[in-house]
Amino acid sequence: MPGQSAASIQRKPAATLRTDRYLSWGRYPKVAHRHVHQPAWNDEVPALLKSAAIASLLPYGLGRSYGDSCLNTERELIACRRLDRILAFDESTGRLRCESGVSLADIVDVFLPRGWFLPVTPGTRYVTVGGAIANDVHGKNHHCAGTFGSHVHQLGLHRSGDGLLTCSSQENPQLFRATIGGLGLTGVIAWADLELRRVAGPWIDAELIPFNSLAGFLDLSRESDSHFEYTVAWLDCFAGKCARGIFFRGNHSALTEKKFRPNRGRKIPFALPGWALNRHAVKAFNALYYKFHAARKGVSLVSYDSFFYPLDSIGHWNRLYGKRGFLQYQCVIPETNLAAFEELLDRIARSGMGSFLGVLKRFGTVPAAGTLSFPRPGLTLALDFAMRGDRTLQLLGSLDEVVKENGGALYPAKDARMSPALFEASFPHWRSFVPYVDPKMSSSFWRRVTESQ
Amino acid sequence: MSTTTRFSGSSSRWGRKVVILGATSGIALEVERQLARRGAELLLVARSPQRLAALEADLLLRGAKQVATYASDLASIQQHAQVFDFVRQSCPEYDTVLLAYGSMQDQHDSEMSVDVLLDELNVNFVSAAAILTLFAADLEQRGSGCLAVITSVAGDRGRRSNYVYGSAKGALSLFLGGLRSRLHSAGVKVITIKPGPVQTPMTDHLANAARFAEPGLVARDIVRALGRRSPDVLYTPWFWRYVMTAVRQIPEPLFKRLEL
Repeated sequence: MPGQSAASIQRKPAATLRTDRYLSWGRYPKVAHRHVHQPAWNDEVPALLKSAAIASLLPYGLGRSYGDSCLNTERELIACRRLDRILAFDESTGRLRCESGVSLADIVDVFLPRGWFLPVTPGTRYVTVGGAIANDVHGKNHHCAGTFGSHVHQLGLHRSGDGLLTCSSQENPQLFRATIGGLGLTGVIAWADLELRRVAGPWIDAELIPFNSLAGFLDLSRESDSHFEYTVAWLDCFAGKCARGIFFRGNHSALTEKKFRPNRGRKIPFALPGWALNRHAVKAFNALYYKFHAARKGVSLVSYDSFFYPLDSIGHWNRLYGKRGFLQYQCVIPETNLAAFEELLDRIARSGMGSFLGVLKRFGTVPAAGTLSFPRPGLTLALDFAMRGDRTLQLLGSLDEVVKENGGALYPAKDARMSPALFEASFPHWRSFVPYVDPKMSSSFWRRVTESQ
Repeated sequence: MSTTTRFSGSSSRWGRKVVILGATSGIALEVERQLARRGAELLLVARSPQRLAALEADLLLRGAKQVATYASDLASIQQHAQVFDFVRQSCPEYDTVLLAYGSMQDQHDSEMSVDVLLDELNVNFVSAAAILTLFAADLEQRGSGCLAVITSVAGDRGRRSNYVYGSAKGALSLFLGGLRSRLHSAGVKVITIKPGPVQTPMTDHLANAARFAEPGLVARDIVRALGRRSPDVLYTPWFWRYVMTAVRQIPEPLFKRLEL
């Protein structure tokens, strides 16, 4: 309207404008927050917690959780990104202390040139240390290194009632275990001590092996897990029951001489229209991806960023899924129930809503570091689905049945829709976590899966 | 690991020694990080000793050659002599001073309270002019060096919504213009830095804050300006030079009616 001046637009309450970029990575659900606090220093956090209402706050890192576990609809967030100081590093042990908003990318940038790397890294380096702890994230080395949380020795936790507490396996051990994988609900992590690992350089000796069945994948995993630090597989989920895919395995290379040039990458500038990723496009992509990698099977030397973070080179790849966003579905099912995976893939293939990136990994048996940690022995499968309304939700609901019947679990960091019953089935002991939730904290996810119980 | 330093992304080492006044301000934090990556020596002055300690550790790990800190409230002019003495003792061969502190309280408060008004003028202009005078005399005598000062595009024109902050920053810009002219013949550079709105704790309370410039981008422009071909007046991001040129052309009878 021409009569509306710029000033009247400015007078809109700040909150509606301020918070619209605080979404999760799946860009679904799209929610509004009442306010986003952005403390720049840890000394500001206690007053912030004290003045907040009950169940009103949630820490937020880089927003790489896919669903609603990093959202707090109509309530408030504490954006921790400005708490990003590296506080100490011991060159002899690799012990690092940093604030919770430091990203894994920061750590790699600062410490890889000195010959240190993350003990565990998820498929993106654009997550904060606080987020990596709160979701107890895993990586391609879960079978030998466990989760991120198992490399955290100690952490400082702002609690609304007790101030700043130090937590470790000796001091406040239950609170320590609750905070690892605690979805940000136990308080605001002020700092954490973690142990980096020595590496010779930025190179990975990688090997690609095509496989044509789930049994083939399992054989490759079992054979590789003892002498490859990193293993993971990509799965073409359009192939239905005769699952084909590419198995990736690798170790840090001892090579140091070769010159390394960081990959600058491109980004997706805006959300693609929803129809762009239709089933034919995705099917074609999967076929091409398979052919391309199958042709490159064998051993090669690759840089750490293309091995660990292939998608980080495409900034904002979540925009490929259009305005309505997408859902991730990550489950773990005991590997004795291989038929369950066939059933899952069959249901997906029949729905025609197959996914770009099916990722398959065999978890190890390292005991979980946190009370609500997701990784447990079994095979884990992660899939993306463009959000197409009820159709998509119905498909995922039918996958839930398979997961539940086969003693599986869903990953909260990827979820935007699981039922309270499935959460209970996934984390049967979740009630023992409840006493450690900070009374000032809550999240959309937490209310969704627990409030009716 | 000499073989692996090549992929650190750090550009050539930069043997500068930079004093930063207001080292914990949002823009200063980013500037310091970029200077640290280039191996600069930093001397940081800010109010909080705890924050300075965290900052010192961080900047050293990120590549700063040396970091010294001094806790002082620069709004209090009585403390300036001590700050100045500390700099001269701990880093006598400093070559650059970046003044980065400022305050932006709700304009409405300074309309209602003369105390708040005087506070704003003191922090943003009086105290800045005072401490710059100490460093200016020192560098003038030495015949080299650089004074870089963060003012604001808000100082280019008095607007109803923000004229208290704006007038203090505008006065500071005028002060720097004169200082530049005075120090030019002595071989000392004076850089007036005029950022548009930036996403920092100082501006978090404003509507539209999410659309403001990223502090990292502004810091990159500032670090570049501290380099060899320094401009007299830096607008950052760059388009503000043209926006403010246009804004200055609007005749006052019309401008006073605009709700800016």
